[in-house]
Amino acid sequence: MSTYLGAPRTRSAELGRSAAGLARRLDWTLVGSVAVLCAVGSLLVWSATLPGDGGHPLDSTGHLRRHLLHLAVAWVLCLLVASVDHRTIRAYAPVAYLVTIIGLVLVLTPLGAVINGSRGWIVVGGFQFQPSELAKVGLVLILATLLGEPRDGEARPMTRDVLFCLVVLTAPLALVMAQPDLGTTLVLGAIFLGTLTLSGAPIVWVAGMLACGAFGAFCVWWFDMLEPYQLDRIATLMDPAADPMGAGYNSNQALIAVGSGGFNGTGLFQGEQTHGRFVPEQHTDFIFTVAGEELGFTGAVLVIGLFALILWRILRIAQGCEQPYPRLLCVGVAAWFGFQAFINIGMGLGIMPVTGLPLPFVSYGGTAIMANMIALGLVLGVHSRDRGFA
Amino acid sequence: MLRAPDDDFEVPGRRLGRAGLVMAQVLVLALFAVLAARLWYLQIPMWEHYRELAVANHHQQLIVPATRGQILDATGRPLVNNRTELVVSGDYHELTGMEDGGAKVLADLSEVLDVPLEELQQRMRLCGPEVSRPCWPGSPYQPVTLAEDVEPSVALQIMERADAFPGISAQAHAVREYPQGEHGSQMLGYLQPVTQEELEAREDLRTQFTGIDQVGRDGVEAVYDAQLRGTAGKRVLGVNNHGEVMEVISETPPEPGMHLVTHVDLGVQKVAEEALAEGMANARPRYKADSGAAIVLDVRTGGVVAMASLPTYDPAIWRGGIDQETFDRMLSEEAGEPLLSRAVQGTYPPGSTFKVSSLSAAAENGYSLRSTYACPGSVTLAGQSYSNYEGQGQGPLTLHRAIVVSCNTVFYNFGYQMWKEDGGLHPEGEPKEAMANMARGFGFGSPTGIDLPYETGGRIPDREWKRTFWQETRENNCYRGQHGYPEVAETDPSRAAYLKLLAYEQCVEGFEWRANEAINFSIGQGDVLVSPLQLANAYAAIANGGTLYEPRIGKALVSADGTRVQPIEPVVRGKLPISDETLRYLQDALTAVPKEGTARGAFAGFPQDRVSVAGKTGSADVEGRQVSSWFASYAPADDPQFAIVVLVSQGGTGGMTAAPIARAIYDGIYGFTNADAAAAGEAEGEEGATSAKPLLPGGKPTEELPTIRPDGSIDVLDR
Repeated sequence: MSTYLGAPRTRSAELGRSAAGLARRLDWTLVGSVAVLCAVGSLLVWSATLPGDGGHPLDSTGHLRRHLLHLAVAWVLCLLVASVDHRTIRAYAPVAYLVTIIGLVLVLTPLGAVINGSRGWIVVGGFQFQPSELAKVGLVLILATLLGEPRDGEARPMTRDVLFCLVVLTAPLALVMAQPDLGTTLVLGAIFLGTLTLSGAPIVWVAGMLACGAFGAFCVWWFDMLEPYQLDRIATLMDPAADPMGAGYNSNQALIAVGSGGFNGTGLFQGEQTHGRFVPEQHTDFIFTVAGEELGFTGAVLVIGLFALILWRILRIAQGCEQPYPRLLCVGVAAWFGFQAFINIGMGLGIMPVTGLPLPFVSYGGTAIMANMIALGLVLGVHSRDRGFA
Repeated sequence: MLRAPDDDFEVPGRRLGRAGLVMAQVLVLALFAVLAARLWYLQIPMWEHYRELAVANHHQQLIVPATRGQILDATGRPLVNNRTELVVSGDYHELTGMEDGGAKVLADLSEVLDVPLEELQQRMRLCGPEVSRPCWPGSPYQPVTLAEDVEPSVALQIMERADAFPGISAQAHAVREYPQGEHGSQMLGYLQPVTQEELEAREDLRTQFTGIDQVGRDGVEAVYDAQLRGTAGKRVLGVNNHGEVMEVISETPPEPGMHLVTHVDLGVQKVAEEALAEGMANARPRYKADSGAAIVLDVRTGGVVAMASLPTYDPAIWRGGIDQETFDRMLSEEAGEPLLSRAVQGTYPPGSTFKVSSLSAAAENGYSLRSTYACPGSVTLAGQSYSNYEGQGQGPLTLHRAIVVSCNTVFYNFGYQMWKEDGGLHPEGEPKEAMANMARGFGFGSPTGIDLPYETGGRIPDREWKRTFWQETRENNCYRGQHGYPEVAETDPSRAAYLKLLAYEQCVEGFEWRANEAINFSIGQGDVLVSPLQLANAYAAIANGGTLYEPRIGKALVSADGTRVQPIEPVVRGKLPISDETLRYLQDALTAVPKEGTARGAFAGFPQDRVSVAGKTGSADVEGRQVSSWFASYAPADDPQFAIVVLVSQGGTGGMTAAPIARAIYDGIYGFTNADAAAAGEAEGEEGATSAKPLLPGGKPTEELPTIRPDGSIDVLDR
């Protein structure tokens, strides 16, 4: 039983809360699920980055150590964010948004680096940095701010707010598409649609946006705006076996990896598909196939279950919110994690087209993990302060 | 549980949001349930399917070919061995599946290999009725050999630039080498790429098929293929997606093929071929001497010490796929069909060498060996006149003498009498067929059972054969008997009339075994056909006291490390159906032939007191062809070791051509120097037989086997 804390008296008082106090107010189910997911993810990243020459796993821990370092930093960030009042954060939402826009612009300048055909990276002194991951946080914040705080005393967002949000969405969306990064573009769209749908905005707008999304997807396909490889990937989804060495190769190999795992899996570090490097990008985009092959149905279904639990908790926290802003914050994060996890796992299972999206909390990748943890921190912060539980 | 706060109505967005959130939760659960269901489907019901795909993915099975065993002569000298060479081959399906049909890859390859592009393209084609060599005779699933014996530097270029040469591979490959060149080609045989049919028929080939496999197609290479081949090893490799080998999952080393030690003595084989070639050359130009055979058998085991067949060829032509021109030439009559082994596959009337059978038939059927028989220059039997060779009469003589001087009329009488005893044209009851049955008892008329493929059975004609033959040819003969030969009549009306009459006779009474046929049979003429090997085997049986062996090239199979020796035991086929008395009589008569009979000239100067040769000449006639020369013999007469039979097709009389060849072979075996004077008929006496190094010391075939050491080296017996 906890008490409703109400509005903070002073900022210094808010910041002065003890770590012990924060710990008491954390949603331990959520924290625990994410922690288990991170632990499993670390093992999978470790396994996926072994050289596959039969050497002892302890001899090649380079990626694992970097991954653990990312996680440590990310958890610190998470707790820092969680300890800050979301109303304070809201005040800085426009700043965060502008910073991510600047980051997205910078990647398109010579400062940006092309990795895997997408200009999505800024490389500074040995550190690689992916602004589009942070853009997800920025978008969640700005949308929650705009839709959760209707102007002119309206109880819910009106047409004008929605239009403004569209403008706000367009900037990062266009910049990410320019990289090009289809996966992140879709995630941004999903965050927008999710937040808008649950914001209480006029139903016409919600329906219209969903229709626009569908129409947009159709146009992209019809007018051949997709890169040929992306079309191939969608075609492949329909029949992965059609061209196993061509576009369907990745998808097919992923299916073989997952399918050959069976109920118990081959055992950690024992996956022959994984260590033969038949599945590409296995420590990032296709990390789920490692779980499928090495941990089998038991391990992989645990990962799916953890995601379901995490999303369930985030949406429960949203339900407990008195105010629209923290609720939409949670909704935005849920839309983000849910969409990204579903697409990523679905891709490994051959029911979603191959798009380069990491699996939240599991895949290797510093910026992504930090962005995920910051988002988690936002939710935890909301939970610790804005619960409607009596 | 969630409880509705008091200010619910004041925040309408919240109520809306709450309904939406519940829906969102349901949506999340539904979507993730879909994922879980899909996961279950892939991992539980489909597990086996994907497991198989995974294994196929990263398990690469490599067949490690076993080194083919060598073929050695009796002392361990290699007749056929192996050499390692680099072979460049192409994947038929991968190349033809390219957009340009592999043209670019082949063009690049042609530059690297310095081989015309056209040749590579031709080699890439599959052989068929419309496609002639060079083409690929094997299966399209095996790599097509594009170039053999490639320089290591060139092969390395191809292997290093695998990206530039998709579908092309270079690998080390043991190839057959023929250190003795043309010697014994037909007997040794050759290898050719496995055909699809062979692959389907032979499981031992299919399960260890490497893609560039060859199988023995003729000779001992074919007969002992399974043993020479060995067992291929299998290496299962774990590979990654680039085909890089990550680990060896399992390995079964290949078991090298066994070496085949033969009865053949390389020295004797060479002498036999040289003597045959020289003898044939001497017979020309008077005679065509188009082909010939010489066989040396070990009479105590049936082992083949030498087997020559001319014309011969260099087996190196088979390496790496023969071209059409060479192949056609190999089969052409102008080239003398060198692939054909005259010794085993050729059939000829045996002429007087056959008299050993006829004499036995007479002796075993009531004609006394102690009587004398008339040998007139000619006899008239059943209204037809038959004469001796060159018409000479001898007066009454013993059968011994009849053999020594090769008197035909004595045997004509035997043939005629026995024919009459059987009832002549119209036998009552079962005819005895004494002549034909005796011939079969000597092993004629059926294959000897030698360890070589495609052996002929020859032909021993009798009443039954005649009837069968008549039935087979009757339709045509009756048609011709009625309608004649208008196409012949246009140029030669009298010949056409004769042919028509002949056909008519054949149609009406062709089933009859007539007197003239029985009479010709008695001297090995007419429809009798034997192979040189059959004759050699019969004479070996006479020499060894009556045991007919199945001749054998192979003496033993020895494992590559020498640990396992699998002797090829002599196989007895039967006994000559004659009494010891008849046998001894025959032996005596044959022993006299080279001393005082028809082979006297050929053996002039031969040290008969040291090695007494027994034998019989033969001169066989076939209508439209020159006389063929035979000499069938064995030696030493008192302790027989070797039987030697020589045939020269269209080579003149036996005493003139074949006997000197046999003598040269004996000279070689025993190390006698053949005085040229012998051929000129100048008997020089025993002093003329000064010794050279005998090819078979002690005058006996090699008994022990060469030693094969654990390291695979072979100790040649020093004799």
